[in-house]
Amino acid sequence: MNTVALEVRDLVKSFSLDGATINAVDGVSFQVKSGEFVALVGPSGSGKTTMLSILAALLTPTTGQVLIDGQDLAQMNEKERVKLRREKIGFTFQSNNLIPYLTASENVEFMLRLNNRMNHAGRVRSDELLARLGLADRLHNLPAQMSGGQQQRVAIARALIHNPAVVLADEPTASLDTERAYQVVETFAHLIHENDRAGIMVTHDLRMCQFVDRVLQMQDGKLVRVYESKKEIKELAQGVLKH
Amino acid sequence: MNNFFLATYLAVKEVIRNRGRFLLVALVIALITLLVLFIAALGEGLANGNRQYVANLDAQLIVFLQKSDYSITASRLETNAVRAVRRVDGVADAGPIYTSNTEIVSLAKPLKVSMLGVEAGRPGMPTLLDGRAFRGGEAREAVMDRNVALRSDIKIGDTIKVRSTQGTEDKFFELVVVGLVEGQSYFFQPTIFVPPATWEKIRPQSEADLNSDTPFPNIIAVKLVDPTQADAMAVHLVNDVPNIQVATLETTINNIPGYSAQQGTVQTQGVFTLLIGILVIGGFFQIQILQKVPQIGVLKAIGSSNSVVGLSAVIQIIVVTALGVGIGGGMTYLFSLGFPPTIPLAFNGTRSLIAIALLLLIGPLGGMVSIIYAVRIEPLKALRLG
Repeated sequence: MNTVALEVRDLVKSFSLDGATINAVDGVSFQVKSGEFVALVGPSGSGKTTMLSILAALLTPTTGQVLIDGQDLAQMNEKERVKLRREKIGFTFQSNNLIPYLTASENVEFMLRLNNRMNHAGRVRSDELLARLGLADRLHNLPAQMSGGQQQRVAIARALIHNPAVVLADEPTASLDTERAYQVVETFAHLIHENDRAGIMVTHDLRMCQFVDRVLQMQDGKLVRVYESKKEIKELAQGVLKH
Repeated sequence: MNNFFLATYLAVKEVIRNRGRFLLVALVIALITLLVLFIAALGEGLANGNRQYVANLDAQLIVFLQKSDYSITASRLETNAVRAVRRVDGVADAGPIYTSNTEIVSLAKPLKVSMLGVEAGRPGMPTLLDGRAFRGGEAREAVMDRNVALRSDIKIGDTIKVRSTQGTEDKFFELVVVGLVEGQSYFFQPTIFVPPATWEKIRPQSEADLNSDTPFPNIIAVKLVDPTQADAMAVHLVNDVPNIQVATLETTINNIPGYSAQQGTVQTQGVFTLLIGILVIGGFFQIQILQKVPQIGVLKAIGSSNSVVGLSAVIQIIVVTALGVGIGGGMTYLFSLGFPPTIPLAFNGTRSLIAIALLLLIGPLGGMVSIIYAVRIEPLKALRLG
C-alpha cells in the first residue's frame, strides 16, 4: 500500500436540468493507493455512480482533476481515454457484464487481446485466475451457461487479468443472493490486496463494507464522511453505525 | 492491425456461437440471391434470344433502308445496294442478310425457327462449329443452331423438311443440314441459315411476292478495314450509297422490336429485388445491433475502440452476406439443372457476375445504418450509468 494509484482533486460534475444547474458531484477529493480497497457508499442520487463514471473515463468532469497512475483524465482526448480504459482500468458492472458469445476464459483473455498481450503465458494466467475464483470447470462455458455469481467472478478475473492500476466495480453484488455476494466481494478484496491494485467498489449494500479498507460516504454529491478505522467499518457493515 | 484481428475475432466468434440465427439470415440472403440471379439469367437469356445473332456478327456496321428507323423487319434494300457498299473505300467486305421465319415439320414436334438468308464466307454467315458451309445458288442446304440439332437429334447429313405458306398454300421444302453453328438465336427463335436464292424460293410469301425471283436483303452487315473508324465510316457510307442509313451493332440491337422495353423491365425487377434485399438485411442487422447495445457498451467501457466495434460489425455482415450469396449461388445452380431448355436462362453472362457483385454489396449497404449506430453507442448510456 504505497503509491497513489488514483487521485481525485476538487471534482465537480454539473448537469443542467430544466434550466437549473445540479452538481451531481460537488468538490470531492480523495486518494486511493495501490493495494487499497475502497467502498463508495451513499443513498440513491448521492453521486456515487456519476463519480464512478468519471473515474472510469466514461464521463468528463466539469472542473477538478482525476489522476490515474499519474495521468490527468482532463488532459486526454477520447482516443487517449479509450487507451487508458484499456490499459489502466479494470471494470465490473452490475449486469450485462460479459460478452455473451465468448466463453469464460475467452472473456478474460479478451482484455489481453485488447492490450496486444495475448500469449501462452497470458492464457495460463487467465486459467489460473479463473481457477482461483473457483471456475476451473467453467472455463469453456458461455455466460448463459453460468450463474450470476459465476459471471461476476469471471468479470472480476477480466478486470484484473491485465494488471490495471485501478479496478472499478459498480454494484457487483446487485443481482446476487447474500451468500454469493459475500463470496464475490471477499474474493474481489483478496485479489485487490494480493495483486497490489487500487480497488473502488460502489455499493448500496453496507454489509459488503466489511471487506474493504476504507469507506467513502457520499451525499448530495459531496463526500460527507470517510470511515478508516477497522472498528468503524465493522460497525457500519453490521449496521451499528447509522449510515 | 491489432484492431482488425480483434474485430475479426469478435465477428467470427459471434457468428459461430450464434450460427443458427446467422444461418437464418444467410438463408434469407440466399433466397434473394436466387431471385436476383434468376432475374439476371432471365434477362441475359432473353437478351441473347433477341440479339445473339446480331451481337455475334463479324461486322462493325449494319446498313438499313433509309427511314426504316433501324428496324430490320421494316428495312428492304435494293439488290445493288450490296455491291455499292462493297465498293466504298474502307469496307473490307459486306454481306446481305435476308430475314424470315419458317417451321421445321420433320421433327416429332414442329419447331418454329428464324430462317436467315446469308452468303457463305461473307459477313452475316456465322462461324461454323462443325460441317461445312452451304453451296451457293439454289442449293437446298442449310446450316443450323447446334443446340436445336442436339435437342432434335439432327445430325450433319440429315434432311429436314420446312413448311412455308406461299400465297394461299402451304408448301414443303427439304433441306440437307451441312453444318452447325452455336448460339445464333434471333427473335427468340433458333436459326437456320440458307443461301439467298434458296431463301427466296422457300420463304413465306404473299401472292404478290410469288411473281418475283429477286431477293431483297433486309440489311447488310459491313466489315471494315479499320474497325476503330466505325463512326466515320458510317457517315462515309451514307454519303456514298443512296437511300440507306447506317447503325452500329449496338444501335441495331437496341432497335430490335421490344428489346429495350424487355430489358428495361427485367433490369427494373432486378434493381427492386436488390433494394428489397438491402432493406431486409438492413432491418435484420439494425434489430441485432439494438439487441446488442449493452454488450457494445461493455466492449467500449473496457477499452475497445470505435474502429474495433465498427469493423467487427462490417466483417460480420460481409461473412454472413458472402455465406448467403454462396448458398444462393449453389441453390441457383441446382435449380437451373431442373429447368427446361425452353426457358431462356443464361448464367454465364456478365449480368450474373454483376448481380453477384451487387449481392455482395447489399449486406454492407443494408447494414450501413446499423454500423453507424454501433459506432455511436455511448458506453455510459448503454450501461445505464449516466
